[in-house]
Amino acid sequence: MIFFIELLVSFFLVVGAFFAMAGSIGSYRLPDFFSRLHGPTKSTTLGVGSMAIASAIYFSFHGEGISFHEVLITLFLFITAPVSAHFLAKAALHQGLHKNKAALPPKGEKETGPQI
Amino acid sequence: MPAYRKSPIPGNRWLPHPLMTLVLAIIWLLLVNTITFGHLLLGTLLGIAIPWFTNRFWPERPKISKPFLLFRFFFITFVTDVIVANITVVRLFLLPDISRLRPRFLEIPLDTQDPMVITILASVISLTPGTVSAEVSDDRQTLIVHGLDVADEALAIQTIKTRYEAPLKEIFSC
Amino acid sequence: MLSIAIPVAFAMLTAAQLLNLYRLLKGPTLLDRILALDTMYIDAIAMFILTGVYFRSAVYFEAALIIAVMGFIGTVATSKFLMRGDILE
Repeated sequence: MIFFIELLVSFFLVVGAFFAMAGSIGSYRLPDFFSRLHGPTKSTTLGVGSMAIASAIYFSFHGEGISFHEVLITLFLFITAPVSAHFLAKAALHQGLHKNKAALPPKGEKETGPQI
Repeated sequence: MPAYRKSPIPGNRWLPHPLMTLVLAIIWLLLVNTITFGHLLLGTLLGIAIPWFTNRFWPERPKISKPFLLFRFFFITFVTDVIVANITVVRLFLLPDISRLRPRFLEIPLDTQDPMVITILASVISLTPGTVSAEVSDDRQTLIVHGLDVADEALAIQTIKTRYEAPLKEIFSC
Repeated sequence: MLSIAIPVAFAMLTAAQLLNLYRLLKGPTLLDRILALDTMYIDAIAMFILTGVYFRSAVYFEAALIIAVMGFIGTVATSKFLMRGDILE
C-alpha cells in the first residue's frame, strides 16, 4: 500500500479513538448529568465517524474497487446522536435532574441526585 | 405552514418527493457498495416506491429555496464548527480542575415556528458549540439549551442566532 | 504504520469502554446508565470497524450498522419510557 494512504488511515484511526476516549473521560469526570451529556454527543460521535472514514479510505485502496459504505455509519451517527441526546435531556428535565444545580459537589462527596 | 407550500423541484402524484427519491437511491447504492446498472435500477425503483407508499405520513414537502446556501452551510460552516467545537470540548474535559466549568441553561428565543427549521437547528447546536439542546417550549417560542462552559450568556445566544439560525431561516425561506 | 496505529486505537477504545462501564455501574441515576449504555454501543461500533480493518474483512460492516440502528432505537425507547411511562403514544 502507498505510504501516504497508510499514514492517512492511521491518523484518522488514532484521532478517532482519541476523541472516543475523550468523550468517555468526560462522562467519567463531569459532576452532573447535563454536563455528562456533552461527551457522548459530540466527541464520541466525531471519533467514531472519523474511524469509519478511515475504514472507507483503507478498503477503497486495499480491497476490490471503491468502498464507501462506511460513510453510511458516519451519516447515521451524525443524524441520530443529537436526537438521542435531545431525548435523554428531555427525560432528565422531566425527572427534575436540573433542580439540584448544587450538583457540582466538592470532591469526595456523594452526589445528591434523586436515586431512581 | 409557510415553509411547506411548494418546492422548487416540482413533485406530482407519481413522484411525490423527488429529493427523497434521490437520497434513497444513493443510500441503496452505498448499502450494496457497488455501482452496476441493475443496482441503479433497483435503487431508483425503491426510491420511487417508498415515497409513493409512505406519502400519507408526510404530505408536505420541505421548501429549500437556496440549495447553494444549504450546501455551503453544511459542508463549510457545519464541518469546521464540529471539529473546532470538539477540540474545545475535549480541552474542557481534560482540564485539571473540572470545577472551573460554568454549566448553565440558556433560553434561546426562536424567530421561526417552522418545525423543520427548529429540528435542524436543535440538531446542529447539539453537535456544535459546547451546547446540547434540551427542550422546545410547547408554543415553539423558546429553545432550552444546556451549555457546558458559558462565560457570557447574551453573547452565546447571539452567536447561535446569527451563526446558525439566520442561515437556516434563509435556506428554508420563512 | 498501521501495525502501530491499530493496537494504539484498540487500547484507547478499551479505556473508553472501561470508563463507560464505570459510569454504567455507578450511576447515580437511571439516565446516567442509559447514557453510558448508549456510549458503549457507539464505542462498540468503533471496535467493530477497527476489527474489520485489522482482519482486512468487510463483513464487520453489517454488524456495525445493525448495532448503530439498534442502539439508537434502544436509547430512544428507554428515554421515552422514562419521560412518559409509555413508549408508543
